[in-house]
Amino acid sequence: MNNHYDLIVIGSGPAGISSAISAKENGSNCLLIEREASLGGILKQCIHDGFGLITFNEKLSGPEYIERYIEKFKKLNIDYLTLAFVIDIKKTPENFILEVVTRDGIKEFYSDSLILACGCRERTAKGVFIHGTRPYGVLTAGSAQALVNLNGVVVGKNVCILGSGDIGLIMARRMVLEGANVIGVYEIKDTPSGLSRNIHQCLNDYNIPLHLSTTVKRVFGYERLEAIEIVKVDKNFKPIDGTEEIIECDTLLLSVGLIPENELGEKIGIEIDSRTKGAKCDNNFETVIDNVYTCGNSTHVNDLVDYVSLSGKIAGKMTTIKKDSPRLLKDIIIKGNTMYLVPQMLNINSDLSNVEMFFRSNCDLKEPIITISVDGNIIFKKKYMVLRPPEMEKISVNLSQVNKDSTIEFNIEGIKL
Amino acid sequence: MKRVICIECPNGCALEINEETLEVTGNRCKRGEIFIKSELTNPKRTIQTTVKTIFKEVPVVPVRVSSLIPKDKIFDVMKEIKKVVIDKKLKIGDVVIKDVLDLGVDVIITSNKLNEF
Repeated sequence: MNNHYDLIVIGSGPAGISSAISAKENGSNCLLIEREASLGGILKQCIHDGFGLITFNEKLSGPEYIERYIEKFKKLNIDYLTLAFVIDIKKTPENFILEVVTRDGIKEFYSDSLILACGCRERTAKGVFIHGTRPYGVLTAGSAQALVNLNGVVVGKNVCILGSGDIGLIMARRMVLEGANVIGVYEIKDTPSGLSRNIHQCLNDYNIPLHLSTTVKRVFGYERLEAIEIVKVDKNFKPIDGTEEIIECDTLLLSVGLIPENELGEKIGIEIDSRTKGAKCDNNFETVIDNVYTCGNSTHVNDLVDYVSLSGKIAGKMTTIKKDSPRLLKDIIIKGNTMYLVPQMLNINSDLSNVEMFFRSNCDLKEPIITISVDGNIIFKKKYMVLRPPEMEKISVNLSQVNKDSTIEFNIEGIKL
Repeated sequence: MKRVICIECPNGCALEINEETLEVTGNRCKRGEIFIKSELTNPKRTIQTTVKTIFKEVPVVPVRVSSLIPKDKIFDVMKEIKKVVIDKKLKIGDVVIKDVLDLGVDVIITSNKLNEF
């Protein structure tokens, strides 16, 4: 195996695999590095259906979706390493140097471009300040999902779930199907975090109660979890005294958010957007550092894998396109009820005729209107029936008229529900 | 008026049906209209779960039903699926249980992971 590549992709989830395929199809000599034993990332354990509705017009399970891409990836004879972990990246004037722990020891690889497709990790009990003992039986929803769907281990009998994110909802249903009793889902906010359809098909279908404005204050038990203390919270998430309740259970699953993984990129100076918590990028998914690209959930937490694959596809192709002139980056100003927008900036010296834009609103809005204006003139307008923070939307916009002196604004306005 | 959240796609439209005129509102596509009518007469779901194997490298392999089943049959079908232990290196799409409980749907494998070790 040669150690010099046009492109190195880190991560073999839907973003990484699709970016490597796209780069290879556009003539790139690329290497993909995966830390696990097999390709596919998180989708290996997402055995539920609903993946690929946009790309394939089918409701596939996670393994079915990703294995279609892996098959294509392998047919293209793209170089890849599994059980390989990137421990350091350096940027030199010529290229990038990656230090990688492999089964054959530590090795160095060199590339002209990088795609960072490391996805997300889950927030843990430490991240949400649960007090009490440290018994076995408190784990993230994703860990429980891996144990049951990959190893066939059902992690408990009487289960409570903190957080109403989609993974938590899907795990609630999964635990019931495996014979567990799911006592309830507790959400600190006054609205659910997950998609409405998952509330319906994962909780309502199985009569699992969802308790809003409620959180877990303490856990009890020495060897194994024995009980949790839940408490109602006010509008500022402050516990309301006297509303505490002890619930006996042996398992507490946490579905309290995902954090994009960008520590490797930060070593070479990529910037993190405080709104997405992911890597800041331009319309071609290139970060603030030239030739370092981001895609998938390390850019922002997506609802739909189809858009993760799409971002990988764009990033992969863009690494193969030679830039005629240096990038000229222009921030997009976000206004109104926008929670976040990806991309955060435009490269004025690139094709802006079909910019894919991903966004969320910061609250539930009725009949919101999205507008994009250049120097105060509205050049794009779209009306929605409703926008909710858990539901990401995507638009494709022609921004060709933007030039280096333009002021670009993205605005969401609507009636708060 | 009856209200149902559509589960056909991630849009999760809040559907409403007038039970006299059967007029559906709130749907962004045709699937919503079909879904709410089925949901109020004969609700159907899919199941995705795992089955045990004899292979220690891959102790379980994911499966799903090939098509929708009545919602009230979910636990009966789960019982059937739990009886299965796979001892062959089956591929994606291979049938694990043919015509499960005479419902006219098969239980099929959804991964090729048994062929990767």
